[in-house]
Amino acid sequence: MGKSRFDNVLGILVLVGVIVALYMAFLQAPREKTMGDLQRIFYFHVPAGMVGLVALAVNFLASVMYLARKNRWWDSLALSAAEIGVMFMTIVLVTGPIWAKPVWLVWWTWSPRLTSSLLLWMLYVAYLLVRNYVPDPDRRAATSAVFGIVAFIDAPIVWFSIRWWRDLHPSPMIETGGLSAAMRPAFWTCGAAFFLLFIYLVRRRLFLETARHDVEMLGRHVEMLR
Amino acid sequence: MLAKIWAIFRKDMLVELRTKDSLNAMLFFGIVVLVIFNFALEPVRESIRAAVPGVLWVAFVFSGTLGLNRMFAVERENSCLQGLLMVPIDRGILYLGKMLAASVFMLITEAVVFVFCLVFFNLTVWKEIPWLALVFLVGTLGFTSVGTLLAAVAANTRMREVLLPLILFPVVLPIIVNAVEATGIVLNTVDYGALRLPLTFMSVFTIVFATVAYLLFDFVLED
Amino acid sequence: MIEAQGLAKYFGRFTALRSLTVSIGKGEFISLFGRNGAGKTTFLRIVAGLSRPSSGVLKILNPQPQSPQAARGLMGYLSHNTALYLDLTALENLRFYGELHGLPHQDSELEREIERVGLAGRGQEPVRNYSRGMQQRLAIARAFLHDPLILLLDEPFTGLDQAGTEFLRGYLAGARRDGKTCIMATHDVPLGYELADRMVVIEKGVVALDLSKSSVSLDEFQSRYGDLAKES
Repeated sequence: MGKSRFDNVLGILVLVGVIVALYMAFLQAPREKTMGDLQRIFYFHVPAGMVGLVALAVNFLASVMYLARKNRWWDSLALSAAEIGVMFMTIVLVTGPIWAKPVWLVWWTWSPRLTSSLLLWMLYVAYLLVRNYVPDPDRRAATSAVFGIVAFIDAPIVWFSIRWWRDLHPSPMIETGGLSAAMRPAFWTCGAAFFLLFIYLVRRRLFLETARHDVEMLGRHVEMLR
Repeated sequence: MLAKIWAIFRKDMLVELRTKDSLNAMLFFGIVVLVIFNFALEPVRESIRAAVPGVLWVAFVFSGTLGLNRMFAVERENSCLQGLLMVPIDRGILYLGKMLAASVFMLITEAVVFVFCLVFFNLTVWKEIPWLALVFLVGTLGFTSVGTLLAAVAANTRMREVLLPLILFPVVLPIIVNAVEATGIVLNTVDYGALRLPLTFMSVFTIVFATVAYLLFDFVLED
Repeated sequence: MIEAQGLAKYFGRFTALRSLTVSIGKGEFISLFGRNGAGKTTFLRIVAGLSRPSSGVLKILNPQPQSPQAARGLMGYLSHNTALYLDLTALENLRFYGELHGLPHQDSELEREIERVGLAGRGQEPVRNYSRGMQQRLAIARAFLHDPLILLLDEPFTGLDQAGTEFLRGYLAGARRDGKTCIMATHDVPLGYELADRMVVIEKGVVALDLSKSSVSLDEFQSRYGDLAKES
């Protein structure tokens, strides 16, 4: 067991990707005229958010598949996607205020994107909380799968609600998110790097979880021999 | 099928009417929340009417969560849930019956809490009442549609009552946003046309989640 | 009528059933024995459809139900939890379950059920006022209200006084006469032996002994059961 060839190759790709992405974001991309170098956080903030959404989708699919097939591998995948997703959403929530404070002089704006990110982060945390408090593994898998499905269906509804709410109560701050053509290479490189990083981390987490499952199976045999 | 939903609904109403445990707790909690807000909002006393929609729905959501918890706590005594699971009915029917009962409890609480709110904050509200009733109804159904499912999810866990608010509030935020806006429209702006959007939104939410809950309820209950 | 093949049930690391294979014919009365934690309750719950096995097959034949839902309609499950709503009256409890089962029972018929289990005249009291024995009697009426073909009982004599035990014994003897298939888990060896057609002992998640009443006397069975317990 242990790392497969695929994981090793992927790991190297990720490392290279991250280095290239850092170069692109900090050196290659042009300096933004109003915000200066601070704007470069954008190249990490937004891709992290995109990965967070992908993680949610993976969790949803894995939850549905678990309920359909009752195969614990899907449950392990759902958990892995959720944990790594929380990580990326935390990056979003941390980089957001770092960006906002110097530019708009506030730590937090209840902008649709930031607020929805916060809600998404909370949904992930709720999913992990549910998992934490169900002792039996099979019950845990089914219960959290149901919550994962609810969370995924809820996410777009949350997004639209907050967008509408913001329309009714506009904030004085207008969030700029424009990408000039010169910035696009850096943006997409970071996106690709983060995506690869996501896949790599999910695979490692999945490996850990399936190993845990194997231990559970072995534990069963040990109990029976008593 | 309707008869069985009605049977479950009636049973929950009957049990509650005997003890009034749940309703008493919900009513009291709702009123306590109002009192706390009175002190919390002292700095903005002049514009309190603007804050009333938010205050109301916070009170409703907190007491509603209490009611949802009780829905499943009542089945835990004597393993009544086991008896229900042995009956040859679609588990989704159990969901619908419980959702209706939870909605009724919440609506009763809302009516009483609202009256207290009028008194505490010195508001006059007459012609707005039918519109408020509509907003409260739609918002409550939205809340209980997903709340009943998540109450069953929380009942599966070790933390039960403590976990429900943690997992319910993020999910039910769209209802809260829309309900507060809609209540505000009725109380403060009187532009009833603007109600169409939030009411539609909440109705769609209810239908979507009631369907999802109906389909998934089985998975939450089975062992 | 009920065929279990290689049933296994795990709760994480803990193995409740390892590989349980047993065949139960129509109208047979099986007394299920075994230590606490041997798997009796788990097996009954799987047959009842309350629990899904981790592996293995459970088949109900003759009649074969069309769906798991229909299967539940064929069965009645009585555990030492009564599944009664303490704040409702006996009549209300039975009425509720009757409605859920889709039975056309009138109140007068339900009252007769209440009388049948020896609770005549107390149908309008909240169940909270009943003694443990009375609650168990009502639980019997509730569990088997829909006159199921298969009766599943998990240590039903626990907590019953002399009168209650007599009543249940008579009730089960009647069920046998009516050709019901019964599986009863119990610790009471003489009582289990008396009511059974077959005795099945579960030990460590598998069937350790499966004897028909005609093949052993009570004393023989008790000694063999005792030997089994000593071995582990």
